[in-house]
Amino acid sequence: MLLIHCPYCEQDLPEVEFAYAGEAHIARPADPMALSDEAWAAYLFFRSNRRGVHFERWRHIHGCGRFFNAARHTVTDRFLTTYRIGAPRPDSAALPEAGQ
Amino acid sequence: MTAGDQAATAGGLRITEAAPGARFSLRLRPEHLPAAEAALGHPLPRRIGEITAGQGWRALMLGPDEWLLDRPAGGPPALPGAPAHALVDISDRELILRVEGPAAAELLSIGIPRDLRGLAPGQGCRTVFDSVPVILVREGETAFTLAVWRSFAPHVAGLLEIGRREIAAGL
Repeated sequence: MLLIHCPYCEQDLPEVEFAYAGEAHIARPADPMALSDEAWAAYLFFRSNRRGVHFERWRHIHGCGRFFNAARHTVTDRFLTTYRIGAPRPDSAALPEAGQ
Repeated sequence: MTAGDQAATAGGLRITEAAPGARFSLRLRPEHLPAAEAALGHPLPRRIGEITAGQGWRALMLGPDEWLLDRPAGGPPALPGAPAHALVDISDRELILRVEGPAAAELLSIGIPRDLRGLAPGQGCRTVFDSVPVILVREGETAFTLAVWRSFAPHVAGLLEIGRREIAAGL
């Protein structure tokens, strides 16, 4: 079973307690009316879909209920780190096993 | 709901429905904790999963800004002068199943994915039991209470009863 570290509970807990919530660090444009249709579509629908270290949101829905961010390697499915909402995005090169 | 009303005993395992108590969900910002504690008259836990007790109340910390307050009977806690908070009566939301016996942790592990060795007596957590959200409290080394939302309770009680019979049969 995949264990995910919840940065609020500070424990490694089973994956079934968590829900995936899409790519992280995507800010809603401050003024959507000023955007072109293409730029708005890019915000709404287009995601990086990376092969490698992917920054994504998770929610500990069957636990503390909090959203947090995680860096996961999409090839190995390993969680490299998890961090609280509001914390800066870690440098992906500095993460353990990021090169794998 | 068969396991709830009648105590079922076999293989040293007992599954009973606990008497309904008074349960309240308290949400407030962590910086307002000292003022809320002063209003309640007893300390609230600061770590998720910890439980504190005082003034007849028991408080379990479920999330960074969420506590579950419960006591055997009575009305809501008085929070005079406490800063902005949300206090919701959830007494009727859940049924409480009590699982006791030497194999209680083994029985619960049929539905709970957490490693229950990491849950010390006197600690609790919100987790899942076979995809049903539950609040689990380890009351003692071999005693647990499981708070299950009413509509899911027959499913959880039924699964626990099957597991109890399997353990009793030595499977």
